[in-house]
Parts: sequence; C-alpha cells; structure tokens
Amino acid sequence: MAFVQLLISGISLGCIYALIALGFVLIYKATETVNFAQGELMMLGAFGGLVLMKLAGWSFWFAAPLAVVGMFMFGMALERLVIRPIMGQPQFTIVMLTIGVGYTARGLISMIPEIGTETHTLDVPYKGEVINIAGAVISLEQVAIIGVTAVLCALLYLMFRYSKLGIAMQATSQNQLAAYYMGIPVRRINGLVWGLSAAVAALAGLLLAPITFVHANMGYIGLKAFPAAVVGGFGSLPGAIVGGLVIGLVEAFAGFYLPEGFKDIAAYVVVLVMLVVKPNGLFGGNLRKKV
Amino acid sequence: MRFIFKTDYAQDIALVKHNGQAFWYGLLVLVMLAAPFWAGDYWLSQLSFVLIYAVAGLGLMVLSGFTGLASIGHAAFLGVGAYVQTVLSAKGWPFPLTMALAAGLSAAVGVVVGLPALRVKGIYLAIATLSAGFIVEEVLARWESVTKGNAGISVTSPQFFGADLGSSEAFYYIALGTCVLVTLAVLNLLRSATGRAFIAIRDSEVSAQSMGIHLAGYKTLAFALSAAIVGLAGALYAHKLRFISPDQFGIQQSVDLLLLVVVGGLGSVHGAFLGAIFLITMPQLIAMGKDWLPPAIGQATGLQAVVYGVVLMAFVLFEPMGLYGRWLKVRTWLQLFPFYRRGLFKRQKSYAKSERLK
Repeated sequence: MAFVQLLISGISLGCIYALIALGFVLIYKATETVNFAQGELMMLGAFGGLVLMKLAGWSFWFAAPLAVVGMFMFGMALERLVIRPIMGQPQFTIVMLTIGVGYTARGLISMIPEIGTETHTLDVPYKGEVINIAGAVISLEQVAIIGVTAVLCALLYLMFRYSKLGIAMQATSQNQLAAYYMGIPVRRINGLVWGLSAAVAALAGLLLAPITFVHANMGYIGLKAFPAAVVGGFGSLPGAIVGGLVIGLVEAFAGFYLPEGFKDIAAYVVVLVMLVVKPNGLFGGNLRKKV
Repeated sequence: MRFIFKTDYAQDIALVKHNGQAFWYGLLVLVMLAAPFWAGDYWLSQLSFVLIYAVAGLGLMVLSGFTGLASIGHAAFLGVGAYVQTVLSAKGWPFPLTMALAAGLSAAVGVVVGLPALRVKGIYLAIATLSAGFIVEEVLARWESVTKGNAGISVTSPQFFGADLGSSEAFYYIALGTCVLVTLAVLNLLRSATGRAFIAIRDSEVSAQSMGIHLAGYKTLAFALSAAIVGLAGALYAHKLRFISPDQFGIQQSVDLLLLVVVGGLGSVHGAFLGAIFLITMPQLIAMGKDWLPPAIGQATGLQAVVYGVVLMAFVLFEPMGLYGRWLKVRTWLQLFPFYRRGLFKRQKSYAKSERLK
C-alpha cells in the first residue's frame, strides 16, 4: 500500500514540476531564452491567488482563474519590458537577466509588510479531504493536481494542433525567419508565449499552495523543474511532462527507500546521469549542423 | 592619449605596459600594504572580505569570463575549500600546506563536476553545474563525521609551525598575499598558450577545434583551475568567518558570485575586483541609505534582494560590459576629449547564435 501512496504522491509532485518545466520549455522553444524566474512566477501566482482571496474576500473559484489571467498579463508585460530589449544577446546574458528578475520578484514580495514575510495557507475548497482507493488514503489535493494537469495538457495539445494561434506558435519555434515570411507577428507571439508560460506557472503555484503553503521562498521548488526539462529533452513539450513525472517519482521513491538526505539530491543525480548518458534528454532531437 | 610604440613581442605580452600603469599599480600596492595603518578595524575587515571575494571572482572569471562556460554552482567549490581548510587547520597543519590542499581537493571536485560538462553546452552546462552545486552542498551537510553536518563547525586561526596568525592584521596580509599571487597567476595564464586556448573556446568552439585545440582537455583544465582558485578563496573565507555551515555555500552564494562577475565586467581581471568591491560595499550603502527611506521600505527584509536584483538587471540591460566597461568608457572619454563619439562602444544588434543546431 505504501507503493500506491508513493506512486500517487510522486505523480502529483511530478505534475507540479511538469507544469513549471512546461512553461520553461515553451519559452525555450519559442525564443531560445532560458527563464530562470519560472519558479518565482509560480510564487507570484500563488501570492496573487492568496491576496485575491484574503484581501478582496473572493471565493477560490473566482480568485484562482483571475490570478492565472493576471499572471498571463504579467508574463506578457515582462517580455515586452525586460526581455525584448536584449533579444540577440548571448544566452548567458539573458540567463543572468532572468536570475535578476527572480531575485527582484522574491525581494519585492518579502518587502510587503504582512503578506510577504510569513507563510500563509491557501483555503482551497477541497482542503484536507481524502479519498480511499484500494486501501490507500489519497488526499484530494493530489488528485486535483493530477486532474488539472491532465486537463491542461489535453487543452494545450488541442490548441497547438488545431488552433491558428497554436500553429503559429509552433511555426515561430521551428524557424523564426520562415514565420516572419509567412506573415506571423513573431514578436507578439513571443509575448503570448511568455504570457502562457506565466499562466501555467501560476496554475502550478495555486495547485501547490495547499501542500507547501504560500511563502516567498516557494520559487526554490521551481528549481527542480530545470532537471525535469533536461531529463525530458529541452525542445520537447511532451518531454517536459514526462521529465517532470520522472523527477517526481524518483524523489518520492528515494525519500522512502533510500537513506535520509538522498531525497533532495536524487533529482540532481538523475540529471547528471542523464547528461552523461543521453545529453539530449529522453525526447530531445539530435540536431546537428555541419559547419 | 598615450601611444605605445611596440618593437618586440615581449612588450606586447608584458604585464605592465607603460610607466603610467607602473605608477598607479605601484601606488595601489603601497596603499594596500599600508592598510592596517590607515584603515580602522572595521574597514580592514571589509578589505579582507573584498580580497577574498576578488579571489573567488577571479576563479569564476577564468571559467565563465575567459572560457565561456557558465557555472551556477560555484559556491560548492568555495564550500569544499572552506571545509578542507577547517578540518586540516584543526589538526594544526601549517597554513600554506592546508591552503594548497584545499585548492588541490577543490580542483579534484572541479574535474569530477566538469566531466559531465564536457559533452554539453550552454544551458545544459548551467543546469549540470547547478545540480553539482546542490549535490556537493548536501554531501557537506550529510558527511557528519568530518563536517559536523548542518550544525556547522568553528574554525581555528591559521597555523604556521606554532605561530598563531589569527589577528586581523596577520590574516589581512595572508589574504593580500594570496590575492596578489592569484592575480599574477591568472594574468600569466591569460598571456600563455593555455589562456589563449580558453579564449578561443569562448569565442567559437568549432574554430578552436579546427585550430587543433583539444576541447575536452582544455575544458577540464578550465574547471580544475577555476575550482582550485575558488577553493583557495574558500579556505580564506573559512578563517574570516570563523564558523561555517553548509547552508552558506548554497545557491544563494553561487548567484552572488555570478552577480559579482557580471556586475564587475565579464571577461576582465579588473572585473573580479570591481565586482568584489560592489558586492561588499552594496550592503553598507543600503544600510546607510535605510535611514533616508520611509520605514515601510527601509526596514523591510527584502530590500537588499530587490536592490541586488534591480542592479543586476540594470547592468545586463544597459551596461553589459559591467563596471569595468563603464570605466573603460570614462577613461576613453577623458583620453580622447573632446573627440569622444558615442558610437565607440556601441553594442551591435545581431541575431543570437542558435545553440540548438550545433
């Protein structure tokens, strides 16, 4: 029974990593920019939901979608103001910029007097309830995470496959110059990709909040999403999901079966092994260009 | 404006290019040597910190600035050096030997970290170093028989065959000596064939390979040298703080080191020093400025993080060459007055080189 319990908790944690890695890979595919502030975007989304529920007094079902939409706008604004001026610079520069964005976001949140400095609980309607499946006790929060992730993946798949916007996003990811020729507004699409990424991160934050509580250092959990993206392969969206699930399961099982302390570094060991054995990740393509 | 007429190669690679440089750097050396006499206790301690972070910055500069390999886990080497120094100093070994061993063991860890890094580039390398940083931090915390784990371990003063060199003046001179030696070593490295190979790898790996530079060997060497220098800095750091614990060498410290390198100026030796000065004086300035700000902003815990983040973003957006770049522009303006043109240092807009197609 511990196995089923571990499986469910591993998958649910893996879904959170998968959502953050998804946002991360979306941005990387579209603009080849690495966004180290993805964890902080998740934290901002959770705080957004918290503020709307506590200060404005709205119910969760009203505050959560609003927080997600708010983060979408924030992601677009971030791209327009901060990222677009330095497009074309070497990758290290952009990495440092996003690290700076994360730093600033974390600092700004902890500057807000009562909200930022303490740990808060998010009062979700399904908090604390459990269901029994085959003898294993599973909390509804974990089921909610898995369910929402599955629905979101399905929606994103449909969007990328059938909608004009999704196909335009795929086009800009594959070849920006050709997308320009086809009349696709590439810079606007990049802004939308950043917005979508931030919205997905906000959703992850709202789902994670009942488990880890809302505090300014939530972004560090998002750091494990980078190993997830590497394991899945950087240019691949299904890879991000699979990578996240792999990392979540490895963490859950390492926490139970291996000695103390291995739980935190299991994900990183997996990443290093992956980089040695298969550097392009599970789903990453092996692209080579002859010089 | 000074025009140097070069007649032979030795002039080209000389460390001191002309009398002006000799004068100013000589003056700097004299001022630093006399520091215990003109600086109070507090500023002497801050100067020691600047020297320690300058050494660490030089280590990271060798890897990121001169070889182009980004590393987000460098605090791990700082930690390894610090713990080696602590454990061996407690046994009473003389400090030159312990520092050499700290550097050596750190270099060994650097080689181990660099091995997965040989096959990957760009963002994969950054994540590999991030992972290695977390793993080393956890190992330091769990290996309780040696490092006493998360409880931390207190550090004895540097020993030298019975002489206890724990006073702040003695430590300042040890730090100054180490810093000068490391700076000379790095400058010498840069004008040697190995240094030129590093810069070639940074500029274009494919071209470097075509010119016969063995990529894997030189990248491993870069990791080892960088880790050794940062290990030395870690050894000094342990003595300065007198009490170390694994959480001081986590990702926060790594990001601080990156901040140092980027704000100072990536790709220059001066940048390490300017970045170290920035990193140490910024908290002082914030503390001084707190009284002028309204209490809601001034007393908030996150103020330092916000200032650091905003400064980092501002430098990346507006001054990518860092503080040293800004000094170069000022110096050129002064030298060329009144003929300075704004386009002299213009950043070229270019298409980013895609990392996905190798």
